[in-house]
Amino acid sequence: MDAMSQLRRQLHEHTAYLRKEGFLDDQFEQLQKLQDENSPDFVVEVVSIFFEDSEKLLNNMARALEQKIVDFKQVDAHVHQFKGSSASIGAMRVKNVCIEFRNYCEAQNVEELFGCRCFRCIQKLQYEYALLKNQLEYLFRVEQQIRAAGG
Amino acid sequence: MGMATESQFHVLAVDDSLIDRKLIEKLLKTSSYQVTTVDSGTKALEFLGLHEDDQSNPNTAPVFPNNHQEVEVNLIITDYCMPGMTGYDLLRKIKESSSLRNIPVVIMSSENVPSRINRCLEEGAEEFFLKPVRLSDVNRLKPHIMKTKLKDQKQENTDDDDDESGNPVLQSQEEHPQRQQQQQQHHHQHSNSNKRKALEEGLSPERTRPRYNGVTTVV
Repeated sequence: MDAMSQLRRQLHEHTAYLRKEGFLDDQFEQLQKLQDENSPDFVVEVVSIFFEDSEKLLNNMARALEQKIVDFKQVDAHVHQFKGSSASIGAMRVKNVCIEFRNYCEAQNVEELFGCRCFRCIQKLQYEYALLKNQLEYLFRVEQQIRAAGG
Repeated sequence: MGMATESQFHVLAVDDSLIDRKLIEKLLKTSSYQVTTVDSGTKALEFLGLHEDDQSNPNTAPVFPNNHQEVEVNLIITDYCMPGMTGYDLLRKIKESSSLRNIPVVIMSSENVPSRINRCLEEGAEEFFLKPVRLSDVNRLKPHIMKTKLKDQKQENTDDDDDESGNPVLQSQEEHPQRQQQQQQHHHQHSNSNKRKALEEGLSPERTRPRYNGVTTVV
C-alpha cells in the first residue's frame, strides 16, 4: 500500500474510531460534507473557532465558580453556550457533559453539595474538551499530510 | 426549466454564536442563497431598515428605505436564544411592522420546548428548526420564499391599473387560482402555520424589484 493510501486509511480509521467512541457524532460528518472547493478548509476553520470559543468559556466558568458567592445563573449561561457550540460541531461527549452540568446548575440544591458537583463537572468538561482537541488536531494533521502529498 | 434556484434569493441570518453563523451561512450558500449574517436582533432590525421609533409610521425615511429596498430580504432565519432581543422578540417586531411582516421568518433553537415552538408558530413563524441545522432543513425554505413572492406579485397586479414594470402576469395565477385563495386565507391565520403546504417547484415569478446582487456581508 502506498503512502497516500495509507494516510487515507489512517484518516478514515481514526474518524471511525472517534465516531465509535462517541467523541464525534453525525453533525461532524455534516460539517465534512459542507466542505467543498469554495471552502476547502471549512472544517478546520469552524473547529478553530470552536477551540477559541471553548477555551474562553471554560476560563469564564472556572472564574465564576471561584467566586465567594457563585452566580450559578452565569455559570449556566456559559455552559449553555458551550453546549450549543459543541453540538454544532458534533462534539458529542463534550455536549453530554454540558447537559449534565446544566442539570446541576438548574437544580440549585444545597449549595455546598451542588457546588461540589459543579466543580467536578467543570473538571470533567475540561478533561473531555482536552481529549477532543487532541483527537481533532491529530485528525487535521493527517489531512494536512494527505494534502501535502498531493491528495 | 427556469428553476427558482438560479435566482439568488437573499436570506438574513441572525445568531449570536459565531460558529452557528458560520454554519448557517455555509448551509445557505451551498443552497444558492445570498446571505447576510448579523449577531443580534437589533442589528437585524437596523439592516431591515426598521427603527424603534418609526415602526408605526412607514412615511419616515429610515437609513435603508423599505418601499424601494436596495437590499431585499426574502427570508429571515433567527436563533431563539439570544441576549437582549430574543428571536421571538425579533419575530414579533417583524410581524408588527407593516413594511416587514410579509417576510417569512424561521426560528432555530437548540432546545426542543413545545410551548416555545407553538408560541413562535402562533406569532407567525413559518418553521421552527432544531439545532444543529442541516441541509435538509435549509431545503425547506424555498416554498416559504416562493409563497411570499407569489402573494407580493398578486398584490402588485391587483393594486396597479397599469403594470408599471411591464412584466407579464404570472402563469401560476391562472393555473392555480385555488392556491391563491388558500394563501390569502393562510395569511390571516396565524395558527396552523406548520401545516402549510409547500408550493410546487418550478414556479418562476418575474421580478419587479431590484435583486440584491452583492456578496455576503457580515455586519
